[in-house]
Amino acid sequence: MATTNSVASNPKSWTLRLRKAIDRHLPMDHLLPDRQPYYVGSWVYVFGVVTIAALVWVVVSGVVLSFMGPQWWHDSRLGRFFNSLHFWSVQLFFIFMVLHLWGQYFMAGWRSGRAATWMIGVVIFAVSILTAFTGYLSQQNFDSQFIAINAKDAMNAAGAGAFFNVLNFGQMYGLHVMLLPIGVTILVVIHIVMVRTRGVVKPIDPEGSSRSHGEASDFVGIKGSVK
Amino acid sequence: MDSPATYFHWGFILISVPNLVVIGGMIVLFAIALVAPFPHSEEGDDGHDK
Repeated sequence: MATTNSVASNPKSWTLRLRKAIDRHLPMDHLLPDRQPYYVGSWVYVFGVVTIAALVWVVVSGVVLSFMGPQWWHDSRLGRFFNSLHFWSVQLFFIFMVLHLWGQYFMAGWRSGRAATWMIGVVIFAVSILTAFTGYLSQQNFDSQFIAINAKDAMNAAGAGAFFNVLNFGQMYGLHVMLLPIGVTILVVIHIVMVRTRGVVKPIDPEGSSRSHGEASDFVGIKGSVK
Repeated sequence: MDSPATYFHWGFILISVPNLVVIGGMIVLFAIALVAPFPHSEEGDDGHDK
C-alpha cells in the first residue's frame, strides 16, 4: 500500500495526471447524465441518437456479411436479408445524420466552445460518404461494376487513382470493412464524448448568454435529483 | 424495380423521383420534430426553468 500511495501522490505519474484530467473534463455525471436541461425536451434532439442506433445496426449486419462472404449474401435467403438489413440501416444512418445536421445548423450547435464538435461531425459525414462509396463497390454485382467503371475516370482526374483504385476490389473491400468503419466509429465516439463534455448547446438567447452548460435551474428529469 | 427511375426536370434542377421523395420526407419529418409535443417526466415539467 505504501508503494501505491507514493505513486498516487507523484505528480510526474502520467496515469495520475490522465486520471485527474478525465475527472476534471469528463466527470461521470456528464458522461452518463440522468437529467437534461429543459430545452432538450424536443424530438430534434432524438435525431443524433437514432443515427447512432442505425450505425450499430450497420456495424452488426456488416460483421455478419463480412464473416459469411459474397456467395452467402447473394444466394441465400438469410444472406439477402442481412444484405438488405445492412443497406437499409445505412439509408437510415444517412437520413438521420442529415436531419441531425439540419437541427444543429439551425440551432448553431458550434457555439460556446463546441466548434471542434461541429468540425468532427463534418469529418464523420465525409468519411461516411467514402465508406458508403466503397460499400457500393463491394457489392459484387453489376451495379458495383458500373459504379467502378464510371468512377475511375473521376478518381484519375482528381489525381487519386494511383493510390485509390476503384477497380481494385480487394482494396475497396478492405477499406470498406476495416479501416473506414473503424475511422467512423472512433470519430463518433470522440464526437459523443465531446457532446457530453460540453453538454447540449442552449437555445439561441436574443439577450445573449455565455453559459456553456445548463445551469441547475435548467434541469428536469428523474424525481428528486435536484442539484 | 429493375426499370430506370423517373426524373423530375425543372429548369436546371434534375433529380430522380425516389430521391425527391426521400428529401421531401426528411423535410416533413424535420417539421414534425419541431412541433410535435415531447413526452416529459411525471414531475409535470412545463418546459420552463425550474
